[in-house]
Amino acid sequence: MEVRVANVRKEFDRFPALHDVSLDIRSGELIALLGPSGSGKTTLLRLIAGLEMPTAGKIFFGDTDASEKTVQERNIGFVFQHYALFRHMTILENISFGLKVRPRSTRPPAGEIRRRAMELLDLVQLSGLEKRYPNQLSGGQRQRVALARALAIEPGVLLLDEPFGALDAQVRRELRKWLREIHDRTGHTTVFVTHDQEEALELSDRLCVMSQGKIEQVGSPDEVYDHPTSPFVFGFIGDSSELPVTIENGEVWVGGRAIGIPAHDTPTGPARLYFRPHDADLIEADASMAGVVTASRRVGGTRRVELEVGGDGHKVEIDLPFDHPAGEKTRLSFRPKRWKLFPAA
Amino acid sequence: MATKLRARRHRRVSPTSESRLAQWTLIGLSLLFMGVILVLPLYAVFHEALAKGIGTFFAAFAEPDAQAAIRLTLLVAAIAVPLNVIFGLAASWAIAKFEFKGKAFLITLIDLPFSVSPVISGLVYVLLFGAGSFLGPFLKSYGIEVLFALPGIVLATIFVTFPFVARELIPLMQDQGTGDEEAALSLGANGWQTFFRVTLPNIKWGLLYGVLLCNARAMGEFGAVAVVSGKIRGQTTTMPLQVEMLYNEYNATAAFALASLLALLALVTLVLKSALEWRFGDEVAAAER
Ligand SMILES: Nc1ncnc2c1ncn2[C@@H]1O[C@H](COP(=O)(O)OP(=O)(O)OP(=O)(O)O)[C@@H](O)[C@H]1O
Ligand SMILES: [Mg+2]
Repeated sequence: MEVRVANVRKEFDRFPALHDVSLDIRSGELIALLGPSGSGKTTLLRLIAGLEMPTAGKIFFGDTDASEKTVQERNIGFVFQHYALFRHMTILENISFGLKVRPRSTRPPAGEIRRRAMELLDLVQLSGLEKRYPNQLSGGQRQRVALARALAIEPGVLLLDEPFGALDAQVRRELRKWLREIHDRTGHTTVFVTHDQEEALELSDRLCVMSQGKIEQVGSPDEVYDHPTSPFVFGFIGDSSELPVTIENGEVWVGGRAIGIPAHDTPTGPARLYFRPHDADLIEADASMAGVVTASRRVGGTRRVELEVGGDGHKVEIDLPFDHPAGEKTRLSFRPKRWKLFPAA
Repeated sequence: MATKLRARRHRRVSPTSESRLAQWTLIGLSLLFMGVILVLPLYAVFHEALAKGIGTFFAAFAEPDAQAAIRLTLLVAAIAVPLNVIFGLAASWAIAKFEFKGKAFLITLIDLPFSVSPVISGLVYVLLFGAGSFLGPFLKSYGIEVLFALPGIVLATIFVTFPFVARELIPLMQDQGTGDEEAALSLGANGWQTFFRVTLPNIKWGLLYGVLLCNARAMGEFGAVAVVSGKIRGQTTTMPLQVEMLYNEYNATAAFALASLLALLALVTLVLKSALEWRFGDEVAAAER
């Protein structure tokens, strides 16, 4: 099902947690809400679920206005960060809960409920554990039960709040892959919240980057990574280096020297240059940036060095081949092959 | 658990004789204290009650006044405890699951009966429903007697016992938060289903615990009830009042016989409470986790 968030604003006691947020979620896609802590991800997810009501704006499920509907009427599946499994119920009872509480007219017969719950248990690869209680399962297993429980009601939209937040890195990676498989198999429109960019980039069809109660950018992982539209997104997704520069004569200048980067679209005056450390090339040319190495460390197969550029003590990071002889105080000339200019803040 | 382990290891590393001495002194002191304050009087009650033989002991219960007192006590508890369960559930639900103005004040208010002398609690109702008040004569004109009758006794008992259930549930519910309820709602459950299938099972042992304490106090309350009851023999005397009246009439055996029944109630409560803690200790702990 499509979900359309239209100009939604949410205040808690006058504190605005979301400002005028609009987002179109496509049917069947897996979209990530990514952003730093406090940026409003959970709030947006809970608004879609109907666990919170917007201060202003509307939320559409397909063509119907869901804003005034209660959480029960929205038919969503919600997976909570801390599972929220019913501790006094067995795994099977947990998964069947959503079907058992239906009014008699729409409730499947007991045998059918059991069959469906067992099927879901199989889907989340926990067959044989149906008689256990939640506190007899590991964190990863509990999270899978929580997902099965949410899927049992055949939700129109599946909403997950940091589903793997409480798990260790190894289990996270496994579950991530597994969630993608489940999504591809069941085809539910899925929104998940994370503040782990690696998770968002790897798992989602599209991602929605949020900051301070606003949406900064929405796009495919490649779009967002390769073409960030704001300094925040550039800085937040992936590694980045940033430098204050001046635009003059349609060119970028650093410390009184043109560095060989054209800037025809950027207005003359101060600006900020962003680039990725791995996009920096060492070059021997006058039109380049020059810096002095102040620190260096090994990152995977490359060496990342910190350079002081210009006279004002600004530091940027660039990647070198790991066997590059540069040491402390070495002077290097370089130029990024991809970059982005933003007007000075 | 962790601290216990650490403590044990610590003791093994440096088993200083001073700490052991201090330990035994403290244990000895508390045992002595409990012996004098709790066990001795309890022994005295049963000893005194059975002093003139088992026949006299049981004869005390055959008295119509004693039976009326027992019946009244049971009736009062049967009304006050369920009402306080409902009140306690509602209050702790509101406090634990909602944000509202005056919440801190409500919590303080719930504690009020603990800090107010029971006599004052009784007097409040005398002021409210007495002959000189507005409400008393008004209700009387409709034939409803509050003071010196069952309603007054029930009201005073409710007042004195209402913190027990709420105090037990508030921390439990606050600790559990609203996650489980939200999960139930998101799965399509309505309010009642959520309450009976999710909330109630999560708090059932805490609730039972609160009910036990509430009941023990409801049956044993003296001060507040003494003020509002009027002590009409065979009509408005509860067991504790009856005990006092018998004692004042130098009928020690009957007084202690009845008192032993109250003491027995206390013991049963204690045993049940310990049984709850022992049998469902991990479940209560799980609920609190
Ligand atoms: N119930 C609430 N009452 C008051 N303020 C709230 C409430 N819920 C959220 N907020 C505020 O709204 C803002 C956004 O919160 P939200 O929980 O949506 O952030 P988040 O992006 O999910 O962060 P995190 O990654 O830490 O979970 C925060 O500043 C938070 O303090
Ligand atoms: Mg959050």
